[in-house]
Amino acid sequence: MATEFHNLQELRHSASLANKVFLQRDYSDGTTCRFQTKFPSELESRIERPLFEDTVKRLNTYYAEAEKMGGQSYLEGCLACATAYLIFLCMETRYEKVLKKIGRYIQEQNEKIYAPRGLLITDPIERGMRVIEISIYEDRGSSGSCSGSSSTSGSSAR
Amino acid sequence: MLQLGVAEPMRECEYSQISTRSSTPMETPYKKRTPKKRKWQAFPGRNKFYCNGRIMMARQTGVFYLTLVLILITSGLFFTFDCPFLSVQLTPAIPVIGGVLFVFVLGTLFRTSFSDPGVLPRATPDEAADLERQIDVANGSSSGYRPPPRTKEVVINGQTVKLKYCFTCKIFRPPRASHCSLCDNCVERFDHHCPWVGNCVGKRNYRFFYMFILSLSFLTIFIFAFVITHVILRSHRQGFLNALKDTPASVLEVVVCFFSVWSIVGLSGFHTYLISSNQTTNEDIKGSWSSKRGKDNYNPYSHGNIFTNCCAALCGPLPPSLIDRRGFVQSDTPQPTPPTNGITMYGSTQSQSHMAAATPLMQSEPVILTDEASLPGRTSLGGPCSGALPLGGQPTPPTSTPNLSCDNGMLPTRNDHSEAHHHFLTPEEAPSPPGMLPCGSPLGHSHTIQGFYNPASQDSLHEDSVRGLVKLSSV
Repeated sequence: MATEFHNLQELRHSASLANKVFLQRDYSDGTTCRFQTKFPSELESRIERPLFEDTVKRLNTYYAEAEKMGGQSYLEGCLACATAYLIFLCMETRYEKVLKKIGRYIQEQNEKIYAPRGLLITDPIERGMRVIEISIYEDRGSSGSCSGSSSTSGSSAR
Repeated sequence: MLQLGVAEPMRECEYSQISTRSSTPMETPYKKRTPKKRKWQAFPGRNKFYCNGRIMMARQTGVFYLTLVLILITSGLFFTFDCPFLSVQLTPAIPVIGGVLFVFVLGTLFRTSFSDPGVLPRATPDEAADLERQIDVANGSSSGYRPPPRTKEVVINGQTVKLKYCFTCKIFRPPRASHCSLCDNCVERFDHHCPWVGNCVGKRNYRFFYMFILSLSFLTIFIFAFVITHVILRSHRQGFLNALKDTPASVLEVVVCFFSVWSIVGLSGFHTYLISSNQTTNEDIKGSWSSKRGKDNYNPYSHGNIFTNCCAALCGPLPPSLIDRRGFVQSDTPQPTPPTNGITMYGSTQSQSHMAAATPLMQSEPVILTDEASLPGRTSLGGPCSGALPLGGQPTPPTSTPNLSCDNGMLPTRNDHSEAHHHFLTPEEAPSPPGMLPCGSPLGHSHTIQGFYNPASQDSLHEDSVRGLVKLSSV
């Protein structure tokens, strides 16, 4: 997203990418899109748990709304079939509308909550809906204790 | 440390090369191209794109053109030769209905063939590294040459489902996803790869595929019925042979329709059953949810009743494409496994696709029918790479290789390997056997590949010599 990069570039001027945390999908409910709400340990010092969990839960709600099978989605499906799916050329599907809503929500969360804490959430759609990628930034010039330890632990895992 | 100068496909198996050194790809300078590239141009799978990324198909499209030609010719002959007579003698509604069916068939065919079936984009280097870290932490230090298999277990609606790790895409496949070896992509809710439509059938285009075969069944039966009617009506006036002389095209149409009806109507019936029980062709063939597997085995994805299952499959929300074909490649975003890289940390792409080409039966589930059934211990090998001979150091349980007749013979192993290797040196050949039968697999084909995957013996000295031989044969 263009705005995301704008934030990224701003962060880059004063901060450098230290680490990335990935929240994987939660498949316990089937193939519907849900992300695990487990609070990653790398973020413990960065953000309060309730704020983070709230963001993830809200995202899960939005995805559930997009994939909900109810009267509206059935109507849309039948109408599309009746018009030989040509209607998609002029109309946006409900899923796409909700995805746009999600994009706006993530942008808003980044601006208000995450960027001030040196974090950045990447929209899952850009990662194939597999993960919520959270980038952790460190101020340039600082010793970066958190980032240093995580990167060394990463390389020592080899 | 093995010298892998020759064995290209084996390099991929040394996944220790996948390191976390790449954890800061942002700092890696990316080649700046002056004309901005679209993402489809850098797509790592084996797909063909047309109309600047709007159309996406599999690599082998020959059979698709055959399908199109058959439909066009048969319908064309029907409208040209049979409809004038029938609209006069019976009713003009016949060409109208035929026309509507024809348009619907073509529309759904194009929709099925040209759209993204639900391809999962490959993991970015950061994601892959993070997963690697997690797997290593979970498994502890790897003993021997092969680490334990990469699977994750998840409980869905009370059923335990195993999620497998895809070595090509570097992700844990979501439930019901599968890797198509022909297209070299992981596809969500993978049904099968259909050469007749020239594309995979997956989550995003399954309803179009179903509508296509359903409408094609109606069209075929329609044409068949009315051509027969036409010939009968004519023979009442002129006699049978004269009637045939007057409308020779009808003979061709009857022949085409007669042979098509059985397969297409049968396929429609089969898919109707699959939809009503919310299964994929993949799952049905493997009997994943069949009660024969166990008393408590049931389909966790089924909604309970036929009506809901049908509605969900056909009228449910259509998820958008995850691969964003027409977007521009961002020069500062890390591209996952770009196709033209040389030796990256994931091995060269040639080896990747080669490995993928050489490992269809490990990854493409619809084709592995007998494989899965006959190799119960195969999952312990952990995916395609583990079976590769040169790095085979795993203590393979003997029960997992029932088809291996060459336990101690190096020659048969080499033959098997080179045979399989040779087979996949020409990918054009490879698709035809597995692809032609969406519901079946040639046993001979799978048999050959098993020989390739199973290590000759557990003796390490023997392994070394086998490794050496295999490297030679892979030249």
